[in-house]
Amino acid sequence: MIEILSKPWPWYIAGPLIGLTVPALLLLGNKTFGISSSMRHVCAACLPANIPYFKYDWKKEIWNLVFVAGILIGGYLAVICLQNPNEIIVNETLKTELAGYGITDFSNALIPSDIVSWENLLSFKGLFMIVFGGFLIGFGTRYAGGCTSGHSIMGLSALSLTSLIATICFMAGGFLAANVILPFILSF
Amino acid sequence: MNNDINNIEVDEFQPEYDNDLKMRELDSMCVNESKLEHKWYYNVKYLLVGIIFGIVFVKAEIISWFRIQEMFRLQSFHMYGIIGSAVIVGALSVWLIRLFNIKTIYGEEIIIHPKPYNKGVVIGGLLFGIGWAITGACPGPLYAQIGTGASVIIVTLFSAVLGTWIYGLLREKLPH
Repeated sequence: MIEILSKPWPWYIAGPLIGLTVPALLLLGNKTFGISSSMRHVCAACLPANIPYFKYDWKKEIWNLVFVAGILIGGYLAVICLQNPNEIIVNETLKTELAGYGITDFSNALIPSDIVSWENLLSFKGLFMIVFGGFLIGFGTRYAGGCTSGHSIMGLSALSLTSLIATICFMAGGFLAANVILPFILSF
Repeated sequence: MNNDINNIEVDEFQPEYDNDLKMRELDSMCVNESKLEHKWYYNVKYLLVGIIFGIVFVKAEIISWFRIQEMFRLQSFHMYGIIGSAVIVGALSVWLIRLFNIKTIYGEEIIIHPKPYNKGVVIGGLLFGIGWAITGACPGPLYAQIGTGASVIIVTLFSAVLGTWIYGLLREKLPH
């Protein structure tokens, strides 16, 4: 059993499980699924600085912070209990392209360790991918009013037109960055 | 409406409650609609949902930078299959909840507030999409990646919180 679970899970198992988060949170306490708002609550809790956008009772949204803490623990448990012994299988065309940028380390299946590491944090590419990328995630999700979970999963599940527009823009930005911006930056 | 268990204190503080709710759901943010007051340990159930969610994230390699690169280069069906089937299951659940007027486990009516549209959805959406492809992560995966031991992602998360804060600071000056 553990052996099966340790292998990468197929999309038709993972997708429905993620979809079930929507009714789970609704039924457990009328919560609409969303993750990026957790960062707003962190701002409201730690540094509201008299900014109107952060002046609300963040304690009413504490469930959201508990939820993301759970995601962090889940990540830890997945590695401790269900670590995949094999290297991640990456598309060959992508592998060739990445090799051209000096990305050849696939030992960590989740991040490109050649660039995203403490040693490279202050390099140009490291700053771009770790710091600048992160900034865009926080700024962009709040500006758009949600992220992949709040808009693309929760919003689309509720058949919201706003969320459909948001999802199309997420994808458009992603295609642009992955095919044009990132290759340009990585080729330096 | 099933009012027998709740709405005890809420009515008395209705104006304040409404303002706070309005502030929290500003810019179509997902908000807590529950009017029930609970002890802290009621939150444990969200921790459990989060844990399951985090395990799925890692095991299905959803939080892998490489999978995200494949997705945006149309080199793999994996991520499309995940998002597509998640939306189908989510939409079916919401449809069933509305059809049978299913209540929460505490008997509250389930409310999903509509997300209002503004220009920020497009501008912010494009900016986030770029960040998503660069880091290979959306906000959820950031937490899961840190959990797997990728400690440098703490910097990415910190930067994302800073981005959130800067948005809050500039909010009134930005086009919406």
